[in-house]
Amino acid sequence: MKIDILKVAKLANLKLKDNEENELEGQLTSILGYIEKLKEVDTEGVEETSQVTNLENIEREDFTLPSLEQVTALSNANKKHEGFFEVEAILE
Amino acid sequence: MKLNELTIKQAIDGLRKKEFSALDLTESCLDQIARLNPLLNAFLTICNKEAINAAKQADEKLRIGDKSPLLGIPIALKDIYLTKNIRTTASSKVLDNYIPQYDATVVKKLKDAGAIILGKLNCDAWAHGSSGENSDYGPVKNPYNVEYTPGGSSSGSAASVAADMSIASGGTDTGGSIRLPAAFCNVVGLKPTYGRVSRNGIIAMSSSLDSIGHFTKTVEDSALYLNVTAGKDSFDATTPNLPVPDYSKNLNKSIKGTRIGIPKEFFTEGLDKKIKEKTMEAISFFEKQGAEIIDISLPHTDYAIAAYYIIQPAEVSSNLARYDSIRYGNKRSYFGKEAKRRIMLGTFTLSAGYYDAYYKKAMKVRTLIKKDYEEAFKKVDAIITPVSPTLPWKLGEKINDPLKMYLSDIFTVTANLAGIPGLSVPIGIIGPSTSSEQAALPVGMQILGPQFSEELLFNLGHQYEIGNPNKEKPQL
Repeated sequence: MKIDILKVAKLANLKLKDNEENELEGQLTSILGYIEKLKEVDTEGVEETSQVTNLENIEREDFTLPSLEQVTALSNANKKHEGFFEVEAILE
Repeated sequence: MKLNELTIKQAIDGLRKKEFSALDLTESCLDQIARLNPLLNAFLTICNKEAINAAKQADEKLRIGDKSPLLGIPIALKDIYLTKNIRTTASSKVLDNYIPQYDATVVKKLKDAGAIILGKLNCDAWAHGSSGENSDYGPVKNPYNVEYTPGGSSSGSAASVAADMSIASGGTDTGGSIRLPAAFCNVVGLKPTYGRVSRNGIIAMSSSLDSIGHFTKTVEDSALYLNVTAGKDSFDATTPNLPVPDYSKNLNKSIKGTRIGIPKEFFTEGLDKKIKEKTMEAISFFEKQGAEIIDISLPHTDYAIAAYYIIQPAEVSSNLARYDSIRYGNKRSYFGKEAKRRIMLGTFTLSAGYYDAYYKKAMKVRTLIKKDYEEAFKKVDAIITPVSPTLPWKLGEKINDPLKMYLSDIFTVTANLAGIPGLSVPIGIIGPSTSSEQAALPVGMQILGPQFSEELLFNLGHQYEIGNPNKEKPQL
């Protein structure tokens, strides 16, 4: 299994240092090597389990509840502007 | 006996009889924290002022006969529980300066029940790890021997209770993060059924596996604590609308005729001989009490770690995608090595072309593991296994070998994959042995049951404790 570390890092929005690239490649290859053993298991016709206690379609009445006030919601923001979160420009 | 050494049950009795005040009890814990935290590194934040104020308020309420279930009981919380106006880091520098604007549901429930929050506990960053060493704020030390790991990821939560710094503590268990440190620190740890306790306001790791549980000095205390934290929460759709029984009600029920399964897959070569001996001794205790011991098989156990290390990192990569430093926290470059490793692994297995081969396959194997347990619970009421195949290891021993570290959870991950509850109960100390340089270290057994069978687990665990009182304390 060959992993394109730089592509995965880009998808994950992580910037890696040079030594991290090599280290991660080695470690991920070893972990994925171990995971290969799942191939031994016959899963033909087996359904996937994503909700383990079998709940489905949990609904509630659609009503509003009090939420955080603007000043509280912004209290951890690194940059804010007139009551808004300030973000980097995404369009040049 | 010092006040900080009391159990929840003993402390409640003493408080209600006015033998001491909540302030006395809280100060006794804070003194122990001040004395031992420089050595153990269990607390990242100590809430001296808030705890003293809360204790004074508890004393007011005690004076007028308030019977709230945890009134005046000092506890501490893994730093992954959001606590309003108290810094919450998940032990990661990404959240070094994060002050939550609200309390997690479970924190609110504990406060409403009268519990006093002493502080926030160190853990593996984002709850990723089995030793506590992935914390960005330094590892927690095992109170039984500071050269050894207390187990992780809820490392500080286990050490805090073991060292009598808090009467109980909150933790989280995604693959063993409560049961393993409980076993390594000689305390009781409960991983409840998936959904039994709300995850709202707990920093998410792996959303289909995360269980919110706790550490106590006795099984009875564990039941009293779950009485407060369990139940439906409209903020967490995975909490079913099932009644919450009084978990302390059936502790003394006879266990005669209870069928206990011993799965052969947990007693193989990889299991330390002395741990096997101790576990078999515990099992024979149940047999003497009239329980029926039945050999069973959980055939897919050997595939659990592989399935878990696809599902969990995949969900981690998704949950940690929200940390963008815009609304709170620092930039993604602040993630530590283990978090990066899991984000990368999860991003890879979810990426186009690999999803079916990895994530989908793992979710199918998960179904088979869940079915193993469903079949087993047709024949038995509960299952007993060791918590860990090995004794606690020395700090630093596995830190450069992630796969070896991952395999430490081999006996605990299946419960998370199957969504069932597990109770980790101390069964003694092994060592010291001069020949193998083995220090004296604690061992635990794990009692597993069907989903929502916590009452039975407490019943079995409590009966064991009555017959085998746990008198060991760390020398600190």
